[in-house]
Amino acid sequence: MTTTENAPTQEIGRDRRRKEDRRLITGRTRWTDNQALTGLLHISVVRSPFAHAEIKGIDTSAAKQVPGVVAVYTAADLGADQVQLPCAWPVTKDMKAPQRPALAGSRVNFAGEGVAVVVARSAAIAKDAAEQVEVDYDELEPVLDMEAALADGATLVHPEIGTNANAQWVFDSGEAGSGGSVAEALQKAESDDDQIIVKRRFRQQRLVPVFMEPRSTVVDPSGEQLVMWSSTQVPHILKTMLALTLGLPEHKVRVIAPDVGGGFGGKIAVAPEEVLTLLVAQKLGKPVKWTETRSESLLTAHHGRDQIQDLTMSVTKDGTITGLDVKLLADMGAYLGLVGPGVPILGAFMFNAIYKIPAYRFDCTNVFTTKTLTDAYRGAGRPEATFGIERLMDEAALELGMEPMEFRRKNWIKHEEFPYTTVSTLTYDTGNYEAATDQALQMFDYDGLRREQQERRERGDVKQLGIGISTFTEMCGLAPSRVLGSLDYGAGGWETAAIRMLPTGKAEVVVGVSPHGQGHETAFSQIVADQLGVPFDDVEILHGDTQSSYRGLDTYGSRSLAVGGIAVVKAAEKVIEKAKPIAAHMLEASEGDLEFSGGRFTVKGTDKGVGIQDIALAVFAAHDYPEGIEPDIDAHATFDPENFSFPHGTHLCAVEVDTETGFVQLYKYVCVDDVGNVINPLIVEGQVHGGLAQGIAQALFEEAAYDDQGTLLSGTLVDYTLPTAADLISFDTANTTTASTTNPLGVKGVGEAGTIASTPAVVNSVLDAIRHLGVKDIDMPTTPYRVWTAINDAKGTAGRGDEANVASPGAGLGSTASDISKGDTQGGHL
Amino acid sequence: MARIRTTVDGLVYEDDVEPRMLLVQYLRERLGKTGTVIGCDTSNCGACTVHLDGLSVKSCSVLAVQANGSEVLTIEGLERDGQLHPMQQAFHDNHALQCGYCTPGMIMQSIDLLGENPDPSEQEIREGIEGNLCRCTGYQNIVRAVQDAASKMKPGASPTAEAGAKQTVAGGGA
Repeated sequence: MTTTENAPTQEIGRDRRRKEDRRLITGRTRWTDNQALTGLLHISVVRSPFAHAEIKGIDTSAAKQVPGVVAVYTAADLGADQVQLPCAWPVTKDMKAPQRPALAGSRVNFAGEGVAVVVARSAAIAKDAAEQVEVDYDELEPVLDMEAALADGATLVHPEIGTNANAQWVFDSGEAGSGGSVAEALQKAESDDDQIIVKRRFRQQRLVPVFMEPRSTVVDPSGEQLVMWSSTQVPHILKTMLALTLGLPEHKVRVIAPDVGGGFGGKIAVAPEEVLTLLVAQKLGKPVKWTETRSESLLTAHHGRDQIQDLTMSVTKDGTITGLDVKLLADMGAYLGLVGPGVPILGAFMFNAIYKIPAYRFDCTNVFTTKTLTDAYRGAGRPEATFGIERLMDEAALELGMEPMEFRRKNWIKHEEFPYTTVSTLTYDTGNYEAATDQALQMFDYDGLRREQQERRERGDVKQLGIGISTFTEMCGLAPSRVLGSLDYGAGGWETAAIRMLPTGKAEVVVGVSPHGQGHETAFSQIVADQLGVPFDDVEILHGDTQSSYRGLDTYGSRSLAVGGIAVVKAAEKVIEKAKPIAAHMLEASEGDLEFSGGRFTVKGTDKGVGIQDIALAVFAAHDYPEGIEPDIDAHATFDPENFSFPHGTHLCAVEVDTETGFVQLYKYVCVDDVGNVINPLIVEGQVHGGLAQGIAQALFEEAAYDDQGTLLSGTLVDYTLPTAADLISFDTANTTTASTTNPLGVKGVGEAGTIASTPAVVNSVLDAIRHLGVKDIDMPTTPYRVWTAINDAKGTAGRGDEANVASPGAGLGSTASDISKGDTQGGHL
Repeated sequence: MARIRTTVDGLVYEDDVEPRMLLVQYLRERLGKTGTVIGCDTSNCGACTVHLDGLSVKSCSVLAVQANGSEVLTIEGLERDGQLHPMQQAFHDNHALQCGYCTPGMIMQSIDLLGENPDPSEQEIREGIEGNLCRCTGYQNIVRAVQDAASKMKPGASPTAEAGAKQTVAGGGA
């Protein structure tokens, strides 16, 4: 418990192996579904097979006869149809928010919506009995196409709100005073021979987060505090929202997020099944568990993305952007999720990206359809925006006849221009796009690959090479509370940490962020070790239980380090501040003569000193401490960031496209990211790898596709094609560093960067490989079927009908019914 | 109900099970072996991979009754006397896991892979673990970990590693 004489090695910057790993590699895990309580009951949800239907009747009698069934409830039995599941982000004052029940009462609005729940002594019995529940439906017209949904006379998903439009959110730099008017800029460009206008429509397909651990919830109502274990990213938000939604006294609820197997935004929710589990547990007074199957997860856990993007850019013929107009339709699905309507709005601040754009307008209409609701998925709004602008930059460069990197270089913010306030009103604190790009180009051997590309073109190789660029930034570290307030978000963006100095000198650090794979325990231990000068192994990070960590806003938006980590720093500073008068007392010196370093207070100019861990014991004994202060050096701090975090980077992708089969093979991927100062390079690299895989998967493999009846076609992992190890390659990653100036560690977020950046780099590379064959665009995912069709359509030899309408449900996915009906069987990827 | 007798992680069990019960359900629900997890319902994800008589299987694709008379090794039986199996150690050393949900299956499959091919190339590793999905790591560090374990499990690489390697080839058990 005494600290070493010499200052310990600096922990920040070390590639520490993770503390978390031991349990995870030996199977000593605590996933929610592992919970086994005496008397535990299991529920299974009966779900609608129809996208839109009136419920005429539900016959539960047969299900109730199944041995082992405890109860079968419809919505009315539980009051579940009266519940209003929360949406915390009313993006406009007149936003239309339909009621979202925990179980449907009289009408279902998407395939997979729950209509009844079976409670049984085992999960298997509950599932068997759920199949015995007879539901009588009257089918209604599904609402699947966003543009059709907004047309006059369209079938309404929710007739009671009178429209399928949820909200329209507009930002205009002319009106905001942050830039000129786009209308004027475009008008001027039209009549200016020295300018061109580039217009494109891009489709952001619908994705599913697909965390590996299916969601699970256990509720034990037997104690004074009702306890919910749930596979969630947001235990604190869940607790408060359960209280507000169900009228429970907040202090009678405890939420625990034990081991959570990934989230990627997909576990930011107050799920209907969480509420159902709670309602059933309360009704029966028994502990109850719900664990979803993977198919249930794909069908009902929230989806992400799903936008139609109409983009218009005006640019001078020498390559200077003069205006950018963004018009979006964003598919909300059937209901509003916890932050769903705000997700596309985050893109408003990111379409202008790293570029100096003098006039900018963003106009987004959120639309209801009879599909699974959409909400946050890794990047949430920023991948969509980054894809749009980085695809458009390539298209504009093409029309200008400029090299795509040169066009970007001409328009981006130069390193000496930081801090830079953008046309969408954000102030980027630091960055150096030139440095990241130069390093990436060198690592990639850009010129060499361009030569190889040229050689393959000249030879007419079957496998053509394509090179794609994405120079991106993003806003993360959510978020300054005042900014969130100005965006009508329902909460703040601060984070809390507390440090408990134990008598033996060990430190328990309680954090409000809630990890599910990120490595917080390791990274935060490194921070505390440096701040307090205590050994790394003497620090324990406590999280994910509202009983120990009562204050927090959880983990999403790459906020854990840039906000939560700073709260840890602030708490450590307070510990030192509180320890100082006690150290002075112990050393019989004045506080002014003390300095703190390496875990010890020393009297300047002497060898007298006392360690912080010894002070922890001294205040525990409390036999001798100064008058007028408490014998306690524990501390609690809340940090509210003054700005977002703006990581950036340059991503370069090379692919080989087989022009005979349409198969796209990754050839080389290089990225150089600036994420500010790095706490643990091993963890940062891992975050980048995983982020890349998800962004690449959007470009090449994944789509949640619906048929024309609103049935999810990609409802299993056979059909929703996650990349395997064999589909990916090893990525070359590196970092440049400009420290953030808005937090004391100089850190920026990293969790979403790879996902945000990579998608357009890949699609740009696919198009670059085959554009010379006449291909202009391909919708994501660029499956072999789509690439092959595009090549053959360009040749004029396909004879396979018109190009699919990109806005129609499930359009173009290799395996959809409409494709099969055209007599094609080349579905999916691989 | 059918009576089965299995050896799981070195202990012998006898149980009556429903004929339809999956091996993974038997491990989790009857034996409390919750280290082995369920990630899907179509045998795509491989999270439930265990060794059955020395070969990797997806335990969601095996009925408990099919394991009658067999030896099952799960992630929980790999560690010996507080000593991690070289593959477990390699996953830790190479940051080959983030959330850790796919990890038990990924480790069991990787051990099986090296049993068949002790010195695989990167592409052989990628194809060898193709049946196991990971959503966190992009697989890059998993590939590194398997390469690292392969080098450490080579005959003569180190005494402890060799013991681990032999144990694996023999199919584990006690």
